[in-house]
Amino acid sequence: MGKLIYYELLKTFLKKRTYLGFLIVAIIVPLVEVAMKLEGGRFLQLATRRLQEDFFFVGSLFNGWFVSYQIMNSLWVHIPLLISFVAGDQLAGEATAGTYRLLLIRPVSRTRIFLAKVATTLLYTLLFVVFLGVISIGLALALLGGGDMIVIERGILVLEESSVAWRFLLAYLFAVWSMMTVASIALFFSSFVENAIGPIVATIGVLIVFMVLTVLPLEIFDPIRDGLFTKHMILWQKVFNDPIPWDEIWKSVTVLGIYTGVSCVAAWAIFVRRDILS
Amino acid sequence: MIANSILRTYNLGKQYKKRWAVRSLNLEVYRGDVFGFLGPNGAGKSTTIRMLLSLIKPGTGEVELFGHRLHSHREQALRSVGGIVEKPDFYLYLSAVKNLEVVGALSGGATRARIMEVLELVGLKGREFDAVKTFSHGMKQRLGIAQALLADPELVILDEPTNGLDPQGMKEVRQLILHLARDRKKTIFLSSHLLNEIELVATRMAIINRGELVVQGDVQQLLSQSEQSVVVEGSPATAIRKVLKSLRRLVSSSSEKDGIFDVEVQVKDIPALNKALVRGGVNVRALIPKRSLEQYFLSLTEGQTSDR
Repeated sequence: MGKLIYYELLKTFLKKRTYLGFLIVAIIVPLVEVAMKLEGGRFLQLATRRLQEDFFFVGSLFNGWFVSYQIMNSLWVHIPLLISFVAGDQLAGEATAGTYRLLLIRPVSRTRIFLAKVATTLLYTLLFVVFLGVISIGLALALLGGGDMIVIERGILVLEESSVAWRFLLAYLFAVWSMMTVASIALFFSSFVENAIGPIVATIGVLIVFMVLTVLPLEIFDPIRDGLFTKHMILWQKVFNDPIPWDEIWKSVTVLGIYTGVSCVAAWAIFVRRDILS
Repeated sequence: MIANSILRTYNLGKQYKKRWAVRSLNLEVYRGDVFGFLGPNGAGKSTTIRMLLSLIKPGTGEVELFGHRLHSHREQALRSVGGIVEKPDFYLYLSAVKNLEVVGALSGGATRARIMEVLELVGLKGREFDAVKTFSHGMKQRLGIAQALLADPELVILDEPTNGLDPQGMKEVRQLILHLARDRKKTIFLSSHLLNEIELVATRMAIINRGELVVQGDVQQLLSQSEQSVVVEGSPATAIRKVLKSLRRLVSSSSEKDGIFDVEVQVKDIPALNKALVRGGVNVRALIPKRSLEQYFLSLTEGQTSDR
């Protein structure tokens, strides 16, 4: 099994498209962070303009932690797209290239090949989110330094610097978990189509529909909202609440886990049964 | 199972909607055969091969390889089988060696020495570290054969291995097939719509048309049972006419054009025809057999109406 995973990783990481997401992150994150540094605290001032009418701010809360949080917040809609580029290609890419005919005539069960694909997809997701975290937090701290972190949502919350690092660690762990759900959905679509674009488009389509249903303020959607994975994808934000709402977090972890599991099982069932006609 | 039989299909069939791509196919390949699997385009050859290699699940019947049922014992059944299905596709961004390493990992592992050995066998030494995207079609075809041979299988299934090759490439592949069969004792299952290819290399064959088996057996035996067209060249023409008239029992038909005679005769009766011509005072310049597998194939498949 180790050998199968090794060669799946080799195939994935020797493919140029695998690095597209890394390249985009490597361009956009430094660009935004350098721009924020050049703008000084204007961004924070704009964001807290209303609050400043009622409160008096002492010291600078515009630091690396604040910027990292903002980056995570704003990129989180786009990261699934980049994840689906690779995850959606895992099975459909073989169909497109005709290499199913190379792989699936060997004395290895399709289940083992599928498991190697799943492991590769999840490992890619992990590496990608870790890369985003390292480059985003590392550069922001290097450029702007640390300090207490201000969280502006419905109200304002200042988190002590001593608790910020582990909150980010937890946030990225939960981010990996939610991105694995996206990757699994892309893998599911990848299991029954013959071209590599289809799963990407389908995954983005599902994301858009689910996101719209999640945020649309219509009561008719209330009963299903809790079951939409997009509602739970932002669970990482909750670790920046005080106190941390662990009940909500575990509920989100469970819902996302169910989506991941069901997507993978469905993809497996299709993959092991399908006729290879490409 | 007969001890010598390493591939058998039992009533193998596959239906797409209402159309049968393959129906009630019973094939038997013996150890050491170069088994020609012949049929026109769309006859069901590739569908059959996909079923033999577990890419497609049969709708009816089953496949048995080395005594193992493919459906229930897939891994054991495929352990000694290598193959190419239609055109050989690879990971174009990987080198030939890396592609074979990927394939090797799925076949129990292949050492670098073994990879180099098969690349040398198919004439790709020197290009082993080049990305496959730089390969010509012929080179990819040869790499396809290399991957089929990598795990040193006893049975090699080749689906149209000379497709798209130039005459020289086709000749090289034919020679390679003969080398594998004669020197390396491989059993070859060779599918082709090129009849001369089968005629040149196959020992046994099956002909399939519209998804159904038309005939199966020893190539030479099947051809000898058939009528052969022979061109008779000689003089004088009057003596030839006289002899042919006297041989009505052997000669089913004959025609003459510019002093050259086309004679329809059973293969086994050709020596008798020759003898009669000589006895009849004909100076026989040549007896040229015209009948080929192609004619045999056409005689079997032409006129078959599709009722599906």
